[in-house]
Amino acid sequence: MFSSFMVNSWIAASLVAVVAGCIGFFVVVRGATFAAHALPLSAFPGAAAAALLGVNQLAGLAVFAMLGVAGISQLAQRERHEVATALSLVALLGLGTLFLSLTSEYAQGVYALLFGDVLGISGAELPPLAISAAVCIAALLVLFRPLLLTSVSPDLAASGGINASLMEVAFLGILALATAIALPLVGALLVFSLMVGPASAARSLTRKPPVAMALSVVIALLTVWVAVALSYLTNWPVGFFVGSFGTICYVGGRAAARTA
Amino acid sequence: MSILFASGFFADESVRTALVVGGSAAIVSALIGVFTVLRGHAFAGHALADVSSAGGSASFLLGVNPLLGFLGMAVLAAGAMEFLGNRRVRERDLVTGIVLGAGLGLSALFLYFDVTLRNTTGAAVAVMFGSMFAIPASAVPLTLAVALGGLAILGLIYRPLLLSCVDPELAEMRGINVRLIGLLHLLVLSLAVALSAMTVGAILSTALLVGPPAAALKLSARPGRAMCLAAAIGLASTALGILLAYDSFYWTPGHGWPVSFFIVTLVCLAYLLMPRGADRSRRAV
Repeated sequence: MFSSFMVNSWIAASLVAVVAGCIGFFVVVRGATFAAHALPLSAFPGAAAAALLGVNQLAGLAVFAMLGVAGISQLAQRERHEVATALSLVALLGLGTLFLSLTSEYAQGVYALLFGDVLGISGAELPPLAISAAVCIAALLVLFRPLLLTSVSPDLAASGGINASLMEVAFLGILALATAIALPLVGALLVFSLMVGPASAARSLTRKPPVAMALSVVIALLTVWVAVALSYLTNWPVGFFVGSFGTICYVGGRAAARTA
Repeated sequence: MSILFASGFFADESVRTALVVGGSAAIVSALIGVFTVLRGHAFAGHALADVSSAGGSASFLLGVNPLLGFLGMAVLAAGAMEFLGNRRVRERDLVTGIVLGAGLGLSALFLYFDVTLRNTTGAAVAVMFGSMFAIPASAVPLTLAVALGGLAILGLIYRPLLLSCVDPELAEMRGINVRLIGLLHLLVLSLAVALSAMTVGAILSTALLVGPPAAALKLSARPGRAMCLAAAIGLASTALGILLAYDSFYWTPGHGWPVSFFIVTLVCLAYLLMPRGADRSRRAV
């Protein structure tokens, strides 16, 4: 389990968990669950497009995630937010089906991209992963106060001169980047589970934002480590374990909040 | 005509099956979708569809009709959301997300078993992105029964559902059981989602559920008119999508383009090209 070819997986999984834990805190506070689910799915065709054109997969994912952000924020100006999210999601996924059908030998690849593959991480992938993760976390820390203020108290934020719609786009941008990092490992369908489950448990355990964010990172790390270990032992998809633990975290957090 | 309809289009049995299944899915989804959009339940609708993929992939494992799998899982998920439910929007979205995550985790596991135990490598693509021309003709009676059942329930609850969408408090004052109506709405939503999942695939079924209603509501805010228009858009996109996909076998010989791609693209085009109606300003929704 800790042999040399698994070391990359452990490092990548830990990086992904730290990023997901941090951004997950804001996903839960801002009520952006649908966006956190839609962006990874919209990014997923990017991997197929990258394979088709023979370019770097991370770049393809990031470009499509950004397209998703643009689609959501453009449509949201005239439409309910969730309708805008749903429409830009299906538009990009529709493109995805086309790309997938053009690369015919892709069936197993599709599965890995949707549900995650811990063993597929090579050493060369780690530096870009680490840099993107650092950018995500730095951006979140810089924007910590305005992001929190626009989610918790929009009026106070507006009186403080914070541009709420700019913050929304910035948040979606960071989310998109985090998505592109986490997707190959956890899979497009379950990235958001890693963001939402630990963060929701953390939020029901403490009210203090910085503590909640730190706790969310810790729970996300535990989730990923257990998921990778179990996935390695059983050979079952890592996404299944991430999804299950996300649910357990949420239910546990709710129960703890009720007894406290 | 022979340019538009490639030879054998109407004689082909898989095309006829696709038209019947796709058409019923499009109509039921468009009609219930208007309420889904009006009530702000687009995420819940999408989540039900995604979770239903677990049922679809389990059905490959058990060897039953996929529609039963999609349907069973969608109804289960709807029940779980209602059980854990919450009236505050943020909390509701969170619960939806958690149910979604659990369901997708199961889906991952079942698809893994599909590949390892049953050796059906294409299952992931078929369940997630649909494979309309592969639907067996024997699935038609069940499809029609589910579609008609959905329409019948929708017809029964149409007025109270509309009132509880527009003004829940007034509905409650009039003695309408808002919770029961909400439950029945979720049930019809599950039926629609399962049908669409059969057609364009689980993660794309949102296109039929949200796309045509959003386009129709852009033109007219009146629910009755929007429902008719949405059904027409959904049906037209599905039929045209099937036709184009069939024709595409002749554009790139030996390799067709996916039906789901055409249907989703047509639905999105319909939304983008739809003019904004005059009565939209009078009644903001």
